Amino acid sequence: MSIVQSPEGFATADQPSVSSERWRARLRRLRPGLVLAWATVAIAVAWATLPWLFTSYSPVDGVPRQRRLPPGALHWFGTDELGRDLYARVVHGAVHTLSGALISVAVGLAMGTLIGLIAGSVERRLDDAIMRVIDVMLAVPALLLSLSIIIILGFGTVNAAIAVGVASIASFARLARSEVVRVRRMDYVEAAFGSGGRFFAVLWRHVLPNSLTAVLALAALQFGHAVLAISTLGFLGYGAPPPTPEWGLLISEGRNYISTAWWLTVFPGLVVVAVVLAANRIGQSLVRRTL
Amino acid sequence: MARYILTRLLQAVFVLWAAFTVSFILLQALPGDEILIKFENPDLGLSKQQIADIRLAYGADVPLHQQYLFSLGRVLSGQLGNSIQRGVPVIDAIAANLPSTLRLTVLGFVTAASLALVIAFLATLTPFAFLRSLLRGLPSLFISLPVFWLGIVLIQVFSFQLKLIPVIGAGPWEGLVLPVLALAVPISAPLAQVLVRSIDEVETQGFVAVARAKGASRRWVLWRHVFRNAVPPTLTIGGVLFGELLAGAVVTETVFGLNGLGRLTEQAVNLQDAAILQAIVLIAALGFVLVNLSVDLVMPILDPRLRKAFGGAS
Repeated sequence: MSIVQSPEGFATADQPSVSSERWRARLRRLRPGLVLAWATVAIAVAWATLPWLFTSYSPVDGVPRQRRLPPGALHWFGTDELGRDLYARVVHGAVHTLSGALISVAVGLAMGTLIGLIAGSVERRLDDAIMRVIDVMLAVPALLLSLSIIIILGFGTVNAAIAVGVASIASFARLARSEVVRVRRMDYVEAAFGSGGRFFAVLWRHVLPNSLTAVLALAALQFGHAVLAISTLGFLGYGAPPPTPEWGLLISEGRNYISTAWWLTVFPGLVVVAVVLAANRIGQSLVRRTL
Repeated sequence: MARYILTRLLQAVFVLWAAFTVSFILLQALPGDEILIKFENPDLGLSKQQIADIRLAYGADVPLHQQYLFSLGRVLSGQLGNSIQRGVPVIDAIAANLPSTLRLTVLGFVTAASLALVIAFLATLTPFAFLRSLLRGLPSLFISLPVFWLGIVLIQVFSFQLKLIPVIGAGPWEGLVLPVLALAVPISAPLAQVLVRSIDEVETQGFVAVARAKGASRRWVLWRHVFRNAVPPTLTIGGVLFGELLAGAVVTETVFGLNGLGRLTEQAVNLQDAAILQAIVLIAALGFVLVNLSVDLVMPILDPRLRKAFGGAS
């Protein structure tokens, strides 16, 4: 959270001293929360790309004699019912959850921007028609929209990712459209048209790149939502099939040992919360910067 | 006024019709043949002729546009068709599960709203700045909690560690405490955020300074002036909140093993029961539209400023 202004400020109305102002500015620049958020995301990405650097245990093969060991020096997150190291499973699961989130954001970003670009640049009536359909997509909760897509596509990591992505198209399309409408009125777009630029060429070269900043900031924010949604679908059993160590699935499997092995659900969940929190924090700071 | 209400009504009807059409295209027209999935199972030992009869009974071979018109007419007369997987009318399955979900979501909403109020108040009134910013960070944390995980952790803490609520054989209300909490915490977050932001905004306005200058205490000004003006903006996210409650019910009912629309949805996806899912999607859209419609109609009553600026009221 950024520095909170004093709610009493308006009543007392005294000017803050210069030194405290400078101190605040410096603190604002540092933002320890944001640094921590980037560090968290960096670790998660490293887990996803180079999991063997972080753990020497296998995520799939367990040691039967080490079943359901509580967290300790040897097994940081404990072991599961098959003697598999939970930390190794969480590390190796990162790639499933994060790539799923990446796919879904890419789907939402690409489709949403395309729809927004079209809606923002065609004639009024077609624009209205497109945006009413987008309104309908916003009227249905994202989870139900995702489930509808999953019923059509079937279960699986990629299908779940696409389903989450489709559910986010509407918000991308809305933002992209409003940005396109804003940019289209700019002088340089007029100039590009005036100097003989063709409609699609101007759209591609001038309108799209200049509309993209805000949309990309939303994509960063959407990433956190996507991690949450993907792990929810994984938990419900619609995502990756077992023994994939996808984070939602890990929690779902750990649920059977809720009374005897608390670590099986608590640790993967904490990792999900940390990554979502960090992604949201970064997304918010990016969105704020584009405003 | 009449024109405003009429446009809003027409928009609402349009959204519902479009939701029906989109969900029809997605769920009835596109996917694989549900009837074949169920009845071509060799265990059933049905002949080709029998399957053809079943298809005829469900009207599966009628051209698509006729199916569309038929099911649209059916929805308009209050029927939702039959669930092929369950072999019962969809409306019966919905009606049987609606009360328990209604109880869960209403309690969840009330809890979420109270939680949001408490957070917003404490975030404005708590004496120390670092405590205030801590409280303001709370919604960001809440929004990042997976509902299913929160539910499991609550069971672990309250049922297994503290043994406050029995896992099996809890009373009907006692058993609702944890699901309601798991449902309410993430939903309270956006409410609290909007409330805090809107309190901040109102507090900087002139009339608040005037009230303070007249000698009113901060607490009194907050309660009497700021709060009254800060609540209406939170109503605008009511429609989204309804959807979140329904989606949250899918997860909480699954985690806690409760019966209801959420559980029905989860089972419908597992059985590829498109008819049930379409009905749930329609209910979600209907709720969204009704909540938004009533917010739009209530807002001018709550906020006299909107009554003057009519056409532009959002």
